Amino acid sequence: MAKVPVQFTLNGSEKAEFIESGTTLLNALRDKIGDTSPKGGCHQGTCGACSVIIDGELRLSCLTLAETCNGADIKTTAGLAEGGVLHPLQRAFLDAFATQCGFCTPGMITAAKVLLDRTPNPSREDVVEALSGNICRCTGYEPIIQAVLTAARANSQNAA
Amino acid sequence: MAIRRGRGVAAINYPTGMNLGGDPTQALVHSTPTGNFMVTLSSVDLGQGMKQIMAQICAETIGVPTDRVVVDTADTDTGPHCMGTFASRGTHRAGNAVIQAAKEARQVMLEVAAEELEVNASDLDTDGQGNIQVKGAPQKSISIFDVALSAHFKRGRSISGRGMFLIPRSYPEKETGAMKPSTCYAHACTVAEVEVDDETGEVTVLTVKNVFEIGRALNPKMVEQQLVGGSWMGISHALYETTEPYYPNRDHGGTDFNQYLMPGPGDLAETEIIVLERPSADGPFGAKGPGEMCANPQIPAVANAVFDAVGVRIDTLPITPERILRALKAQAAG
Repeated sequence: MAKVPVQFTLNGSEKAEFIESGTTLLNALRDKIGDTSPKGGCHQGTCGACSVIIDGELRLSCLTLAETCNGADIKTTAGLAEGGVLHPLQRAFLDAFATQCGFCTPGMITAAKVLLDRTPNPSREDVVEALSGNICRCTGYEPIIQAVLTAARANSQNAA
Repeated sequence: MAIRRGRGVAAINYPTGMNLGGDPTQALVHSTPTGNFMVTLSSVDLGQGMKQIMAQICAETIGVPTDRVVVDTADTDTGPHCMGTFASRGTHRAGNAVIQAAKEARQVMLEVAAEELEVNASDLDTDGQGNIQVKGAPQKSISIFDVALSAHFKRGRSISGRGMFLIPRSYPEKETGAMKPSTCYAHACTVAEVEVDDETGEVTVLTVKNVFEIGRALNPKMVEQQLVGGSWMGISHALYETTEPYYPNRDHGGTDFNQYLMPGPGDLAETEIIVLERPSADGPFGAKGPGEMCANPQIPAVANAVFDAVGVRIDTLPITPERILRALKAQAAG
């Protein structure tokens, strides 16, 4: 099959690749570009492990064709830390013991990031709603909910 | 037709590991030239925190800070033999093997330090901060960094140790059939409160209160993490999870996350965890295996709570609305 060019911004840096038409953004990120932070859990849009942020929107990279992302601004958990300093969400996940096997963690953090970008002071219900598209097998979710609420408080304190 | 409330209790004994064919785990410990310690295992850390616990156990035994220990796991081609991570055996079996290996490595380390300090090795002790001192005279001291350099470049010693922990195979006694298929029991008790809608058969778990007796919590935060997640998983097993929710045969069973039901973050019961510590005699620093146990007692507790609520015994998992409605129908038919 003919290869098609794609060009987008990933975590602030320009990426250009030739990919086979029909390649998902998940596979393009992981196999071509080498950002393995989005995980392939179900490859059918059910588990949320592949979540990325495209132009500010939460998207499932396993259901997004890479060739539809030309010119897009894509963010993944791999780009969250700045200069070796963890993002408040990453810090809060660590402190709350909100990760065990870690497979769902990038998707959880991505979903939480989009929530906090729009709703800096979310209620517990807001957090539950934001995470409801993501499956976790290990934690029982409660530590993850607490981590997101903690990160939100840390953000609002920094802003104040 | 009404929402009916019920409360159920269940208590369990849970064995650590199994030894129907003998249950061994081996470990190797060695120091790097700069006095860090490497633990080599074939055991697997799949998120339960084995690397952290083994680092703690090794560090405590050798007498160094935990961040001086690196744990390498899960290469069954090249690592020392381990039966694997299952039956909640990791901490108990691998931990005992790591203690034995670390003790041997510590002895070599003290012998090298004794040569450097020109004292008897039995007069030396670690300070837990990365130094070895003469007991009662801490000013006479050498860093483990220097001891390791000396061992590697001057004394020609390997600061290393071998650990082997084996629960031998248990055969049944011919007369009685009695045997010991497992060791080191942990315990748990759960009280679950539910609401059952006797029109739809839907169960809502309101609260789950769990008490776990796990020997000694070697890392209390990680133990809590396991128990909270496990308690949720137990409810998930009790009410939702099965690969065969469909009719009439297996071909119509669930094949993926679209069809395999697990509760999400919106379906959480109010959960309480209490940890009791009764150190075990044969566990590493008194630890038992809390892993799988944490997802067990919720299941009979929920089944008992459903019985308390609507008076029907559901003995097939998961306890689906359909099973409850069929049982209620049978009960009404008398």
